Formats: sequence, structure tokens, C-alpha cells
Amino acid sequence: MTPILEARNLTKRFGGVTALNNVSFELFPGEVLALAGDNGAGKSTLIKCISGVHLPEEGQIFLEGKEVRFSNPREARAAGIETIYQDLSLADNLDVGANVFLGREPMRRRLGLPMLDRAKMRSEASTVLDTLDIQTALDRPVNALSGGQRQAVAIGRAIYWKARLLIMDEPTAALGVPEQRKVVELIHRLKAQGVAIIFISHNLGDIFAVADRILVLLRGSKAGERKASETHGDEIVKLMVGA
Amino acid sequence: MNDVRRSSPFLRWLARAWSWLFLLFMILFFEVWARASFNATFLFNPTNIQSILLAAVQPLLLALGQTLVIIAGGIDLSVGFTVGLAAVVSARVMQNFDPLMPAALSFALACPIALLAGLGVGAVNGFLVARLNVPPFIGTLGMYGVARGLGFLAAAGNTVPTDNPVNSAMGNGFLFGLIPIPVLVTAVVVLVMHYVLSQTKFGQYTYAIGGNRQAAVRAGINVTRHTMQLYLITALLAGLAGLIYTGRFTAGAAQAGEPTLLDSIAAVVIGGASLFGGAGTITGTVIGALIIAVIQFGLVFINVQPFWQFIAVGLVIILSVLVDQSKSQVVKS
Repeated sequence: MTPILEARNLTKRFGGVTALNNVSFELFPGEVLALAGDNGAGKSTLIKCISGVHLPEEGQIFLEGKEVRFSNPREARAAGIETIYQDLSLADNLDVGANVFLGREPMRRRLGLPMLDRAKMRSEASTVLDTLDIQTALDRPVNALSGGQRQAVAIGRAIYWKARLLIMDEPTAALGVPEQRKVVELIHRLKAQGVAIIFISHNLGDIFAVADRILVLLRGSKAGERKASETHGDEIVKLMVGA
Repeated sequence: MNDVRRSSPFLRWLARAWSWLFLLFMILFFEVWARASFNATFLFNPTNIQSILLAAVQPLLLALGQTLVIIAGGIDLSVGFTVGLAAVVSARVMQNFDPLMPAALSFALACPIALLAGLGVGAVNGFLVARLNVPPFIGTLGMYGVARGLGFLAAAGNTVPTDNPVNSAMGNGFLFGLIPIPVLVTAVVVLVMHYVLSQTKFGQYTYAIGGNRQAAVRAGINVTRHTMQLYLITALLAGLAGLIYTGRFTAGAAQAGEPTLLDSIAAVVIGGASLFGGAGTITGTVIGALIIAVIQFGLVFINVQPFWQFIAVGLVIILSVLVDQSKSQVVKS
């Protein structure tokens, strides 16, 4: 089976600082890979190399066996890599449909003039949220939604645009406990649909709840990689602190 | 997941509709006063309506562009003197070309040149804000000074008279003897701006930038270019207001738009836009501009000292912000 994503020997330097040093990993469809590591371990740098924000100085990235080089996030998104940032990147003043379609709005003609097809945006957004089993108010700006619902909108947007690889940066950090559980459920559902997920978290409970494999970074280098079923919290913490 | 923040539907409806209701109330108020005091009509006299609409033309043209800029989280303080600069430039062009060519041709030359003068100010505003990340308040305040100085220099410190008959006809003519041409032009601009803001991607991106700039960037929207375009639109409409000024008064003056800058921002705010960005509509701004014009004209009409206008408009601005805040009051559900 070809991995959906393979990173080989990625290295990224900022001036004299090596933020990421010779990191390799593979990710298969429907697999959840957790990135663990202390602050400054290189987790963000690694996902930014994959999502097209940074161009690594050395190393290669293969998407379904073919080498890719993304010079900006738009190219990565066109290839099916969607990133959900910690702040969710939602326009709070717009409704769910407008956020799902932000930057890619469908148009229709009325009275000879091209106009935004709001009805389509709303109904498609409603469909995609249904597949995630989320109910929410579609006609209100998203700032009226709860943290978990907002997370679902961000995930729904990625799913609607056929993400094959979803990168989630601390998806549970800003949520209450019931909503964290809801997001964990969502990740399981996406996984069942064959979406591969890279998941950054500080929360070992969440990591063990969703991850198939855990990759631990320490000062920019790979400190270890374990199957979630064959390790436990203590071992991961030891890898994280380099003990 | 039932903790959706909910404000009461009545408050939301009131916040949306209050400016319409207020406009209606003002008109009724002046109508009743006119009938009671001097047995005349306020509303059913076409001259009154023409005067109110004409008075609303300049602040509204400025407010239409301002609406977009404010929704995107910016502000444009330079528009007042952009009006003056364009007015002076158009008058100067006609002064110089009238002896050389037919009046229509000279007027036709003056229009694009004056609009270009306005666009020049907008281009600098856009460059400062979008490319150099100068805060809009500061960047456009700087250009307020520059446009003011350029306007007075171009006018040599005086008003610049022009006796171009086409210019005067455009400024003072009527369609079907009823609709003043400047009002007609403004109405067309209102329709176009309403379409652009409410029905196009351009409008949608304007809201998105004001709501979450970072999200707009990540969604692939070219925020820099978009911001430049917003300041160009505002400047173009200010230039148009300058042309109309020169038409109406058959003279250009550098201070032509000075009193209406703040009225234009007031119209946008009364119309429900947020100065923090992300909210506002063209219909709201039109109502806001009409409220101000009705108050100003109405108070003169009922013989109140004109200085009361300032107090009345000031109170309406404060009232509108209070109503807007009550909209987002959280009601536990």
C-alpha cells in the first residue's frame, strides 16, 4: 500500500537555528498520526512544511508516491491537503455556508447579473455538517456558535473540499470537556471515511483517544515513533523530554 | 451543544429596523410640526424632497465608499479634501480649455482628469494601508492634509469659478423636470454599490477581511489588492462628489467636502456598520445619510436655529451605537 504522504529527511533552518532536522515519516489513508513534543520541538514547523507555508531546505515530500513541492498553502490545498489552524480561520461575521465556501463561492445568474449563490452555499454546508452529524444554526454568523460547532464548521469546510489529508493544530485546546469528546468523535468518523489526519496536541489523553501512531519530536529531531497500541503515556513523556 | 448565544429576536429585529423607523419618525415629526405651526406640508412638497435629496448627495457619495472601507476594518479620513481637490481640478481644466473648444468637450475632459486626481489620493491611501501596513486612521489623515494642501494650491487659495454651461446643466438640471441630475447619478451609484457589496465575491471578501483578516488570507483572498481597491473606490466616489460640487456651484473650492467628511462617517455608523469592521450595508448607509439630511433640512424648515442640527445629529449617532450594542446583548437560553 502506498502511503498517502511520505516525508523524507525534512530539514528547515531559520538563520542559524535548525528548527527541523532530518525528519522522516509516512502516513496511510485513514490513519491518524499524532505529533507530540514540547514547545519549540518543531511540530509547527513540520506541519508548515507539509501545508506549503514553509519550503524545507532539504528533504522531499511525496503525495501518493509522487514528489511534490508546495510554494504556498494554496498549492497544498489544491493537492488535497487542508489545514485547520488553532484559531480555526473562520470569518466570525459570516454564516456557516459563507465560511465553508470562503474564497471559492459558487455564483449564479439572476437578471443577467452574476450573483452569489447563497442558497447553494447554505444547502451544501448543511449536507456536509449532516455527514459529520452536527446540528447548528445555518443562518447566524459563526460567532453565535459554540467552540465545538465552530470546530465542526472548520472541519466541514476541509471535508467539503475533498481533503485527503487533514492537518489539525491543537483542535481540542480551546474546548470544554464535552466538546473535546465531540471533536474526538469527529476525528474517528473522518478516519472511517479514509481521510488521513495529522494531529498536533499537548493532551496525551486526546492523543491516545484518536492516534494510531505517535511521532515525538525533540529540539527539531525525531525522538521516536510508536504505535499507540504498543506504548503508554510514560514512554511518550520520556521521549518528549529526552530522558 | 445547546449553548448557542442567542439574543432575543425582537432586539435583533429592532436593531435592524430601527433606522428605518427613526427616519419615518423624523419625517412624521416634521410633517406634524409643519401642519400644526404654519399649516403647510413638509413631505408632500416636491421642492422639499428635492432639497433634502440634493443635500444628501455629497455625504452619501462619500459614505458609500466609506461603508466598504469601514466593513473591511479601515477608515478613510481623506475623502473630504479629495472632494475639494477634484472640484478644483475640474474647474481649472474647464477654465483653461473652455476658450479652446466647445463646452461639452471641455466638460468631457474635465471629468476624467478630476476623477484621476481623486484616484491619485486613493492610490496613495491604498498603498500606505495595504502595502506598508500604515494604520488607516493615520495614513488617510496624512493624505487628508496632502489633499487639502494640493487643493488650495491648485485653487491658488481662492474658489475657482467656471461658466461652462454643460457643467452647470449637469449640476442643476432635472430629469423630467423633477429629479435633480446629481440625485439621479447618486441613485445609480447606490444601486451599483448595493449589488457589489451584497451579491458579488468582491463584497463577500470585504466582509471576510473585516471579520477575520487572517482567515481571508488563508482562504486565498488577495487581501492586499482588495484593500487597495477599496480605497480607490472611495476616492473615485469622492472625485465624483467633487465634480457634482463644481456643477452645482459653477465653481471649484478646496474646502468643498470638508463639512461632509464626518457626516459621511456618521451616516455609515447610523446605518448599522461597525467601526471595528465586519458589519454594515449600503441600504443602512443610505438611510443614515437620509436621516442626517432630513434632520438638517427639517430643523431649518421649522425655524430652529441651525446650530441645533449638530446636536441632533450627534445624539442620533450615539443612539444608533447604543441600539447596535443592545443587539449583541447575550440572553441566556
